[in-house]
Amino acid sequence: MNLTLKVWRQKNPNDAGGIVTYDANDIIPDMSFLEMLDVVNEDLISRGEEPIAFDSDCREGICGTCSMVIDGIAHGGQRGTTVCQLHMRHFNDGDTITIEPWRAKAFPVIKDLVTDRSAFDRIIESGGFVSVNTGGTPDGNTLPIPKVDADEAMDAAACIGCGACVAACKNASAMLFVSAKVSHLALLPQGKPEAERRVLKMVKAMDEAGFGNCTVTGSCEAVCPKEISLDFIAKLNREFGKAILKNRAERQVAD
Amino acid sequence: MKLDSKIPPGPVTEKWEKYKFDLKLVNPANKRKYDVIVVGSGLAGAAAAASMAEMGYNVKCFCYQDSPRRAHSIAAQGGINAAKNYQNDGDSIYRLFYDTIKGGDFRAREANVYRLAQTSVKIIDQCVAQGVPFAREYGGLLANRSFGGAQVSRTFYARGQTGQQLLLGAYQALCRQIGLGKVQMFERTEMLELVVVDGHAKGIIVRDLVTGEISAHAADAVVLGTGGYGNVFYLSTNAKGCNTTAIWRAYKKGAALANPCYTQIHPTCIPVSGEHQSKLTLMSESLRNDGRVWTPKRKEDCGKAPGDIPEADRDYILERKYPSYGNLAPRDISSRAAKEACDKGLGVGPGGLGVYLDFADAIKRLGESTVRERYGNLFDMYEKITGENAYKVPMRIYPAVHYTMGGTWVDYNLMSSIPGLFVIGEANFSDHGANRLGASALMQGLADGYFVLPYTIGNYFATEKQPKHKTDHAEFKKALGEVETRTKKLLSIKGKRTVNSFHKELGKIVWDKCGMARDEKGLKEALQQIPALREEFWKNVNVAGENGELNQNLEHAGRVADFLEFAELMCLDALNRRESCGGHFRTEFQTEDGEAKRDDENFAYVAAWEYAGEGKPPILNKEPLVYEEVHMSTRSYK
Repeated sequence: MNLTLKVWRQKNPNDAGGIVTYDANDIIPDMSFLEMLDVVNEDLISRGEEPIAFDSDCREGICGTCSMVIDGIAHGGQRGTTVCQLHMRHFNDGDTITIEPWRAKAFPVIKDLVTDRSAFDRIIESGGFVSVNTGGTPDGNTLPIPKVDADEAMDAAACIGCGACVAACKNASAMLFVSAKVSHLALLPQGKPEAERRVLKMVKAMDEAGFGNCTVTGSCEAVCPKEISLDFIAKLNREFGKAILKNRAERQVAD
Repeated sequence: MKLDSKIPPGPVTEKWEKYKFDLKLVNPANKRKYDVIVVGSGLAGAAAAASMAEMGYNVKCFCYQDSPRRAHSIAAQGGINAAKNYQNDGDSIYRLFYDTIKGGDFRAREANVYRLAQTSVKIIDQCVAQGVPFAREYGGLLANRSFGGAQVSRTFYARGQTGQQLLLGAYQALCRQIGLGKVQMFERTEMLELVVVDGHAKGIIVRDLVTGEISAHAADAVVLGTGGYGNVFYLSTNAKGCNTTAIWRAYKKGAALANPCYTQIHPTCIPVSGEHQSKLTLMSESLRNDGRVWTPKRKEDCGKAPGDIPEADRDYILERKYPSYGNLAPRDISSRAAKEACDKGLGVGPGGLGVYLDFADAIKRLGESTVRERYGNLFDMYEKITGENAYKVPMRIYPAVHYTMGGTWVDYNLMSSIPGLFVIGEANFSDHGANRLGASALMQGLADGYFVLPYTIGNYFATEKQPKHKTDHAEFKKALGEVETRTKKLLSIKGKRTVNSFHKELGKIVWDKCGMARDEKGLKEALQQIPALREEFWKNVNVAGENGELNQNLEHAGRVADFLEFAELMCLDALNRRESCGGHFRTEFQTEDGEAKRDDENFAYVAAWEYAGEGKPPILNKEPLVYEEVHMSTRSYK
């Protein structure tokens, strides 16, 4: 099939950028969306033009690197699917497709469709972990964990940190991402000792990184390739409220 | 080169404990005086960086991805082995050790493998403490499943995303140390050269992938956890960015490269759908717990819908050939069985390159919901890629390059033949011999990173007492100059062919001639074709863009340039090893029923190749494999 692509091109962070139109011809339905872009790029290189820069790595939907907004929807609108797993059989011959980078103040564009998502790392660095050193840990079966809790923790832990939730949100809020990590660790006994400290620190880091506020419209859940539930945002709010009400934990963070 | 494996004396069961006691220590207050560079942030790299920072060392960690959380360890699906014997099915450290040695076709170093099995139990404890959400039973205890090459249930898992969860555990530990200021993290930064001063590894040269800036970093030791070289085949289950540059650059600076011909072809991948294919996707080996592998018995049935082929006309190839292990035969054996069927014209799907993996019996026995619970995400992934529903029709699978057992030669301390250069995880050669068992890669990466390297690196510091160097040293300047020259050269050729076209062509050469089956004639042809292709690359490649910006085409070009050199060594090693073992199958050396035929008399050694200079053939160094504990036998899974 033959397609028309309208692609965001931006030379560097300081460039204004703009939409450029390209033809994508002889596209096969079995191609992934990124393989379609590979074909376009090979053609551009052969013609002496600069290929379209886009992020991708594992190309099996788990590393969270690929990130683009297709026709206005982060990852392209197939439920629970990253761009690398989106296949061209979902498009029709003659379609015009618009491709843009994630748009959020906290994710500045580096080039074309590539953005800087290191704000997510900074949030995890602020407290998205269990403070245990290597070695000296008890036997894995010392502490039984109810299967439902472990399963729910896994539902939250499935987040791949791609940032689609931020890209989809009108406020560019990172609440779904933060709630996934807060919930994952708060649901497990290993994460409980520092649960309050963690949620306060992570929310603070989130705010400092320039993400917007959450108004619970649910657009994040709709585009999440791992279908992380909005329920976790409710859990995050609960965890945050609990921690705020305990002065002890708040003082710890303020220290 | 004199290879000293430094295997400690004494019975295999006591070596590591005794050795740990004998290792010289660096006292806690002095650790902060040492700087360590870690390249790679996968399971091995992140675990090592975090653990060393916890101990007090100053760590700089580098990764080419935009975040350390994205290293390709994340894609491991099935699980991680540990000799916990939680299932009371007779597992033990000794059994895991023996299974791994046997699975590796008696080409791994015994002492390393025993240490790996010993360490496996601590890894699970560590990961649980970090909050890794392993699968659990209703009673709240950890669940297990089985993997290929084992008759016990010792694999721990987190749905089909075990690698992701273990990596996030290590990443979180790493983030904690970044937050505490003990690790300095460099994302989107690629190592392009190793710096050696007076025979010791003292630093690296890197390129900032966003700005193009090339800079030098100095340290007291360098650790490479940079993964395998599977992308030399172009199509593999590796991530697009996986490359061999770090270990290849180290090789050219004097770090011997061992057993590059040991490559693992994974039996259960989604078949290639066309020329446009950019990578292959694995379907976890755990599927073989419940899926049955079959092909039609007659060629004329191959085009039929699988449901129209009656039971009597199906050949369950693994169950027939290997009744005691059945569908859970090791990877190399299962891959060859699929290839053999397809070579006979019994393959299914486009191009006849596929066999069925059928869940109909499992769905009948367990119900669709149980199968969905166990493998739901894999079935979803299969449907996304192929557009087929595997609950209704059998999956089609075909072998694909997945893992590389070869890598930088290291001693018992995981130190390469360059003092001060340590190599961990898939990047080294040490633990899997000629074939890796399923769920053992995660185990090895974490064992090296959490529990081996942090001990052994201290011994190097405490015994060597090497001087510190700064990046203004002549060797750093020289290495920096070399990288700048190479980068400029790549950008200045402006030839007619794209980087990708060279990579694809190289991949096809090595897949055809150094893939699932190899022979002398093909390997000799490849050894003619690869240098010719390399020569053309340096004359006719067209690299787009400039250096001083994000330039993905330039990144790819540098990696392909190194693959073009590496591929030759891989084929040379395959040609030299005139036997079949594990993933290395030479068609001239097989038993009457088509199984790998080892030659223990002549080839029970590690082939450690030493760089001899530009245009000179590499030097083969042999480390004999001495088995004190186990008896070398013919592998049988029948």
